[in-house]
Amino acid sequence: MAFDYARYIRPGKLPHIWCPGCAHGIVMKAILRAIDRAGLDKDRTVVVSGIGCASRMPGYVDFNTLHTTHGRALGFATGVKMADPGLSVLVVAGDGDALAIGGNHFIHACRRNIDITLVVFNNSIYGMTGGQFSPATPHGMLASTTPYGNPDYAFDVVQLAMGAGATFVSRSTAYHVLPLEKQIAEGIGHKGFAVIDALCTCPTTFGRRNKLGSGAEMLLWFKDHTIGLKASENLPPEKREGKILTGVFRKEVKPEYCEEYGKIIEKVRPARGGRE
Amino acid sequence: MKGRDVFYQGNEAVAEAALYAGCRFFAGYPITPSTEVAEFLSRRLPMIGGSFIQMEDEISAMAAVIGASLVGKKSLTATSGPGYSLKMENIGFACMTEVPCVVVNVMRGGPSTGLPTGPSQADVMQARWGTHGDHPAVALAPSSVQEIFTETVRAFNLSERLRTPVSLLTDEIIGHMREKITIPEEGELEIWDRPRPEVPPEDYRPYDTSKGIIPPMADFGMGYRWHVTGLNHDQTGFPTNKPELVQPEEERLLAKITSNLSFIEKYEDVRREGARVGMISYGSSARSCKSALSEALSEGIPVDFLRPVTLWPFPERAAREMADRVDVIIVPEMNLGQMILEVERCAGGRAEVVGVNRADGDPITPAQILQRIREVA
Repeated sequence: MAFDYARYIRPGKLPHIWCPGCAHGIVMKAILRAIDRAGLDKDRTVVVSGIGCASRMPGYVDFNTLHTTHGRALGFATGVKMADPGLSVLVVAGDGDALAIGGNHFIHACRRNIDITLVVFNNSIYGMTGGQFSPATPHGMLASTTPYGNPDYAFDVVQLAMGAGATFVSRSTAYHVLPLEKQIAEGIGHKGFAVIDALCTCPTTFGRRNKLGSGAEMLLWFKDHTIGLKASENLPPEKREGKILTGVFRKEVKPEYCEEYGKIIEKVRPARGGRE
Repeated sequence: MKGRDVFYQGNEAVAEAALYAGCRFFAGYPITPSTEVAEFLSRRLPMIGGSFIQMEDEISAMAAVIGASLVGKKSLTATSGPGYSLKMENIGFACMTEVPCVVVNVMRGGPSTGLPTGPSQADVMQARWGTHGDHPAVALAPSSVQEIFTETVRAFNLSERLRTPVSLLTDEIIGHMREKITIPEEGELEIWDRPRPEVPPEDYRPYDTSKGIIPPMADFGMGYRWHVTGLNHDQTGFPTNKPELVQPEEERLLAKITSNLSFIEKYEDVRREGARVGMISYGSSARSCKSALSEALSEGIPVDFLRPVTLWPFPERAAREMADRVDVIIVPEMNLGQMILEVERCAGGRAEVVGVNRADGDPITPAQILQRIREVA
């Protein structure tokens, strides 16, 4: 049976603002399917975002939704989650939002291991403001603020998240929709901070300037330039050269922040009827 | 006042009063001279099932406070000048989205790192205009540790009732000074909660003003599934850039304050027979004023005194009335002249306005103020 997207989309809020060929809609669909797969209750789910193209997603979807300030979504989400740990909290962010202005919050959310699922819509560019280079723009690429090629080097979201202590870390692409959906669902089900690096495309402000072709061609590039983590283990190094690894890089059981704080409350709270 | 007597510093009084007001969430970042607020609440909040979190910076602390408030928890953060600057963008977000929260600023010298361990009152204009765009501002400025208690409770009350962030401006003097105060018994001080929707979720419009200028607010997670955005939005909460929808909402944010002055304004207004000199001061400087005023009176110089406890909105009518009665208004404040601009505006040339200003990290002394009174009297 066809998936019922209407169940999760707010009536009258589409069309979205994303450009033709943008892959954000694919990632949004993967998130909705993952939420469905994870069996979340819409009333008890909060979707938080910052600023940017990806951050417009919460307006379209039928949950408790919070579109905040640039880079700060994880801070808001942390308050939401701590105030009611029974809520399921997802954060959606672009690469600039999550890794540049929000970079500090990103690493600390990883370290804290709070039960929030972060999906990074990683299209390597600041799309909303017209194509400036981001911390995920590869070295040498053109952007509106790197007219002679990017002298900077990109963050690897997966390595950054693992280094900072995230307990679930994965990567997929907008081409690999089923693995992407599965990873997000797994991240939601994971008790702790989950980071899903969702590689996607911005043909309008990144592809065009770098002559990467149409949106569809950019998606096919993902097909040809990625290798599954497991498959890569049996390949000789030369076959892995220039390829991006996808898959689940880490899934670790570790005490979750709100549960740890809950233990503190249990320990110091006076017995029922006792004086505060 | 009935209750329990304690010997508290101002920062402890803030924390104790926050709990009294129903605060159940605190997020902060260490900064002198406010840190005792966080330390106190890190100890006490979990004892009553509340939550404390030390965030990675001032910005995310402000963000977390707004997030927790959206889930229905009364929320607090405490900081000082540099941290207050960092919080400004998210304070604007709370203004725009109408999320109640309280921000304590234990003022210290500035600009920049300034005098971390010295007092100042130099964030008065930042409390009014610190975040970008037109926005409502409510700021309270207590003068004693006991008043810090009652004003912290009132900060929560106003924030909840008006659905807007409220700043509590203390300073290093009253933040760290210890005084005997009475913690009122439960129920002695009135506690207000934000208006919550009475309609079912399907009929809920988050910024519906059909029942009044301050719309009811649903907690996240209770079935209302509303959208919160810092973009200009219409009454449904979704973004709009239609001029005819943006303008009334922008005006309503300010009208929430201007149409509710009756319960927001608070000031002490002392009028003396035959006074030709007036004085307007607030916070810890007002303490030095009181000492100087009684000295002046004993020298035969009666001086009228206006002490705004609610600093923003500024008590314009009371200040105008003073300008009508006296020839000169003296404005002592621990900065190089901030609130005096409001006094000048209200006086409108009908009284001369002069300052007593100090920005060196030491309090303004009663002797300095007395000297000024003698000069102008």
